[in-house]
Amino acid sequence: MINSLFLINPSGEIFLEKHWKSVVSRSVCDYFLEAKEKALEPEDVPPVIHTPHHYLISIYRDKLFFLSVIQTEVPPLFVIEFLHRVAEMIQDYFGECSETVVKDHMVMVYELLEEMLDNGFPLATESNVLKEMIRPPTILRSVVNTLTGTSNVGDTLPTGQPSTIPWRRAGVRYTNNEAYFDVVEEIDAILDQSGTTVFAEIQGVVEACVKLSGMPDLTLSFMNPRLLDDVSFHPCVRYKLWESERVLSFIPPDGNFTLMTYHVNAQNLVAIPVYVKQSISFFECGSDGRLDVTVGPKQTMGKTVEGVMVTVHLPKTILSINLTATQGSYTYDNGTKLLVWDIGKLNPQKLPNLRGSLSLQAGAPKPEENPSLNIDLNIQQLAISGLKVNRLDMFGEKYKPFKGVKYITKAGKFQVRT
Amino acid sequence: ENGVIGTPQTVLTLPSSSPRHDDLKEMLDSNKDSLKLEAMKRIVAMIARGKNASDLFPAVVKNVACKNIEVKKLVYVYLVRYAEEQQDLALLSISTFQRGLKDPNQLIRASALRVLSSIRVTIIVPIMMLAIKEAASDMSPYVRKTAAHAIPKLYSLDPEQKDCLIEVIEKLLADKTTLVAGSVVMAFEEVCPERIDLIHKNYRKLCNLLIDVEEWGQVVIINMLTRYARTQFLNPNMNEGGGEKAFYEEKEKKKTEATAIVKRKPYVMDPDHRLLLRNTKPLLQSRNAAVVMAVAQLYFHLAPKAEVGVIAKALVRLMRSHSEVQYVVLQNVATMSIKRRGMFEPYLKSFYIRSTDPTQIKVLKLEVLTNLANETNISTILREFQTYIKSNDKDFVAATIQAIGRCATNIGEVRDTCLNGLVQLLSNRDELVVAESVVVIKKLLQMQPEQHSDIIKHMAKLTDNIQVPMARASILWLIGEYCEHVPKIAPDVLRKMAKTFTNEEDIVKLQIINLAAKLYLTNSKQTKLLTQYVLNLAKYDQNYDIRDRARFIRQLIVPTDKSGALSKYAKKLFLALKPAPVLESPFKDRDHFQLGSLSHLLNAKAGGYQVLPDWPEAAPDPSVRNVEVKESVRAVETVTARDRGEPSSGEEVKKSEKKSKPRIGSSESESEEDEDSESESSESEEEESEEESEEETKKKKKVGNERLENTHTTDIHTHSERPSVQVFDTICKPAWLYMQFLLNPPLPVSVPQTIVPSGNLKTYELLHRITGEGLSVEYCFSRQPFSPDPHMVAVKIQFTNSATSEAKSLHVEDAKLQSGMRIKEFPEIEVLPAGETVSVVMGIDFCDSTQAANFQLCTHTRKFFVSIQPPVGELMMPIFMTENEFKKEQGQLMGMNEITEKLTLEEKCQGEHAVVQRVTTAANLSRVPPVPPPPFPIHRFAGKTVTSGSLVLVSVVTKEDGAAQLTVNCEKMVIGTMLVKDILQALTQ
Repeated sequence: MINSLFLINPSGEIFLEKHWKSVVSRSVCDYFLEAKEKALEPEDVPPVIHTPHHYLISIYRDKLFFLSVIQTEVPPLFVIEFLHRVAEMIQDYFGECSETVVKDHMVMVYELLEEMLDNGFPLATESNVLKEMIRPPTILRSVVNTLTGTSNVGDTLPTGQPSTIPWRRAGVRYTNNEAYFDVVEEIDAILDQSGTTVFAEIQGVVEACVKLSGMPDLTLSFMNPRLLDDVSFHPCVRYKLWESERVLSFIPPDGNFTLMTYHVNAQNLVAIPVYVKQSISFFECGSDGRLDVTVGPKQTMGKTVEGVMVTVHLPKTILSINLTATQGSYTYDNGTKLLVWDIGKLNPQKLPNLRGSLSLQAGAPKPEENPSLNIDLNIQQLAISGLKVNRLDMFGEKYKPFKGVKYITKAGKFQVRT
Repeated sequence: ENGVIGTPQTVLTLPSSSPRHDDLKEMLDSNKDSLKLEAMKRIVAMIARGKNASDLFPAVVKNVACKNIEVKKLVYVYLVRYAEEQQDLALLSISTFQRGLKDPNQLIRASALRVLSSIRVTIIVPIMMLAIKEAASDMSPYVRKTAAHAIPKLYSLDPEQKDCLIEVIEKLLADKTTLVAGSVVMAFEEVCPERIDLIHKNYRKLCNLLIDVEEWGQVVIINMLTRYARTQFLNPNMNEGGGEKAFYEEKEKKKTEATAIVKRKPYVMDPDHRLLLRNTKPLLQSRNAAVVMAVAQLYFHLAPKAEVGVIAKALVRLMRSHSEVQYVVLQNVATMSIKRRGMFEPYLKSFYIRSTDPTQIKVLKLEVLTNLANETNISTILREFQTYIKSNDKDFVAATIQAIGRCATNIGEVRDTCLNGLVQLLSNRDELVVAESVVVIKKLLQMQPEQHSDIIKHMAKLTDNIQVPMARASILWLIGEYCEHVPKIAPDVLRKMAKTFTNEEDIVKLQIINLAAKLYLTNSKQTKLLTQYVLNLAKYDQNYDIRDRARFIRQLIVPTDKSGALSKYAKKLFLALKPAPVLESPFKDRDHFQLGSLSHLLNAKAGGYQVLPDWPEAAPDPSVRNVEVKESVRAVETVTARDRGEPSSGEEVKKSEKKSKPRIGSSESESEEDEDSESESSESEEEESEEESEEETKKKKKVGNERLENTHTTDIHTHSERPSVQVFDTICKPAWLYMQFLLNPPLPVSVPQTIVPSGNLKTYELLHRITGEGLSVEYCFSRQPFSPDPHMVAVKIQFTNSATSEAKSLHVEDAKLQSGMRIKEFPEIEVLPAGETVSVVMGIDFCDSTQAANFQLCTHTRKFFVSIQPPVGELMMPIFMTENEFKKEQGQLMGMNEITEKLTLEEKCQGEHAVVQRVTTAANLSRVPPVPPPPFPIHRFAGKTVTSGSLVLVSVVTKEDGAAQLTVNCEKMVIGTMLVKDILQALTQ
């Protein structure tokens, strides 16, 4: 299946390689680097590249390319999904996934990769299982390790067989038993020039942080599960119970995990929390243009809209800009032509506005398309769909855990066409 | 951060300062583990960076037996990487792994096998083969999983081992743990994907295990089963053949269906086919995109059209994932949306394009939108397209223009709208946009040129400005083709072109020659000289294609004395009516590749791709998938963590069984079954529904049995799962039963038939020779009354000591029993000499339940956890009854206490004797002597449960054609239900 993995940074340097079968020379990456050169953006590199003897399947994530080498037929999604798991695993172990982190923990990453695949076929990809074999670093432990020269591989081999519940490690003990659930909803929307919704939908995800001793069996129920139109689950969730009773019943993995993702029925109208009044115009004669953007709260369910940010990819022919913001500050990178206006909290009394002039390069024609605005925002303590957790019950253990639910709404791919 | 080696200084000094790594060698040779560890870490870091560390091999390999686990692990990592290059030295390490293979810790056994099989050195092939074979029978499922992983490794090292490896694969395929299933199917796919016959017996088990297999295994199994199903089942859409469109138009569908039913025998789906569809469906909710895609392709390739729709929602969900996932999913959606447009139509807006999407995603979304366009949604789609045309991404704009062209050709109503829109684009500032529009307009005009001469005129003017060769060529072709519509302009265009001929691109030159030829034929007066001029220029062109074309055309159109017969037809040749081009999706017919595969994505066969076979004309024998259910020692109701509602202590399971039925495996499948049978029967005619429901019940039984069979087991039981059931010929039927007959002598004819099975007592394994370290223990239910306590079931236990030393003081200890259960232990066996066998009898009161009795079997040195689980048929003992008594008792056990099932007797089982024999083998019952005269269509059996003495009455009514009806009356409903299952099994297989 998967022959080799190369980690490549944006400048094209290969800084880690791992082979699960016979070694494949790193020159195979040249095909990929060539495609990368051609692509304008890193996202434009084709995920699957066909070379004379190999197939290269890659993902771009956290400013790194994860490039796998394949020799025979394999479902491309199988590889892509696995590569993302690798990235998530690095993130999970070291707190972030970046070139520096990987370089700092070269040996451990290499050992993890060794455990994750056997002969190119996934062996252990569950974080709970991996952590039993290779302990993640902690500050304290790394100090101790430096002093004593020991390290992070478990000194005692796990005794039991990888349990019947493959996603949960055995013998979990906590003094404080707690279970937190974050219901995070994102609004994906396209609004047209006049502010009419072309397309809008809500994606939700329930992130869990469960630190419970023993083998707890949890049941999470919602007040209004009918809102959920489409769901996908962590493998721990019992499908059939969801189907019959619309409750999430599961023995959780230990630690952080994504319990479920969902999509809210599109027939329910999606509340759009902000409106954007904008005008961007370029004058036919002369090399000038104007930009005027105002953002205001719309359907916010009485909550404050925070972290508002407007991102605009200005046309390549822009020479310079001269804008003033009544609230927040803007940054502009003349190289990438990226304008970012960081507004912060929305105040309904005093609407933030950004206006000013744009000047085009001399002789450049008027841009045909006005750039679209991408909006970022978040609203604390609100799930915009109205989804509510009803209760969390625990079976199988005697102690009383501390439980908590948090709601947050964010903008997903929220775009205003101009 | 990470200890010693993480510091940049050490890392930096490594490669340059000590190319021969003397310092590392020194560290490896030291006595201190910490030094060794640091050295190994530095070495592995080198490997990770891709630096060569092969010269350290001798120094590293010495440490393979190091006690420090971490050093050892890193040495393994090193070995796997370099063994191939240093074969001779690598052999030094082999013995360590061989030792590791025998370690009591399963993880060490597994890792030894893993490393051993990863050392790609041909000379150790026999050792590897042996190791794999042994590991395949290891009691730890984890080790067996590793064995499955090792199979493809060995195969790639030495393909000649194929036959041996297939044997191992066959053995592992029979494994019932979820841990092994995915890995062994992977091995199957790599080694012998053509041996589809190996799957038959495991098919149902794989289907049932699927939901609990880890995600990666699920993908592999689903893909394999898709192929399997294509060879074994019939096309569920066969009756709708050709009616591709009918699917979308309800009325037509009904019509075609109705006619099809009249014409053909209605299609009935094989229950196994249904099983696969049903068991994969929940996996559409998986978080793993690869699993979702695998199920989606399975449904696309295998499901009846009406059911394929369920996958659309899940696929649309994947589109919100990472852009790489989106890319692959869109490719597949593009292919699917051609054949099954209807299913994605509701999700049209999910394919709308954002300016931030990468170009490759934009183009694919565009493809899908185009495929989804129809009369009702085209206006919305065109409005979207208008937005896209303004994009700054010119490749995307070009793709949009082509998409508009395709919509225009496919949907007649909007052709003019599209054409006008495209004509407006001709005045676009961007040349690429104009060029693309020209090309598309050309194709559209070909469909109805008469109405659009003004557009052609407009385009003729463009030749002055537009420089893109393809566009110029298109315009020229258009003018040439429709020169009658623009009689004045055409010659002028040719004039201009003649002037610039030498500077044009080749494709343009060819079209100029073409234009010249066509004009010469239609309007030779004005263009004769121009044409000759062009042809002369072409004659001396650098490109031989152009020279060739010029020569060819001159011969054809310019009449000379030598010109052949062809020139008469020149006009016909050049000005023939040309069919309008069909603008097709590049994804058309891509579904001959299995969807979701790499080959499908590349639209080219990748190495190792297994062709998705066509449906067979007639279904192969479905009975190949029947499995003989072996009575086994394992827990019956162990439900897996995933399927189960509640944690499993015996009591709670029972409770939840009552409280919330849908939680338990078998009842779940029943409730779903009902739905299915509904939908199926509605499709077919009334008369078939009866037959079908019979089918369904049969299936139910199978499913039920499978469930029981396939549930998890703990290590200690795994050996007894293997087909080790033997027949004890020596044990005779209980003598006391004879006595009863002697007291109430039945009619002479029936005597031999009333006899309980002639000593066919099954033995089960309690302790395997290997696990028991030479001590093997088997047991059977002797079916004799246990004299010390009549409420106990007698279990005969036979010890065999095949070790070299004697075993002492064999006894039972620490019984862990469900409440109410009791054990009467056998007297301690003081000594069992080597090579000897001894039998004892113990009594167990199972409380009329099939819960296992767990206890420890102890020798003077070891203790073994074992468990005995009774088949339901052993929980009863025979009683004698006359037919009248039977009928009377039966009359009192009606309603809830009566369970009736229809069945078809297996061929060999249709005789009276056979039926009696099979029933009495399955359950410890005695036959109620029938009242003459023969034949006896009704066979009755009676018994009572051992503990509570509840009556168990069984009757089998046989009909002529092998059909039969089984009735069980028993106060204890659970016993009744299970007994029905077991007897059905016995009678139908």
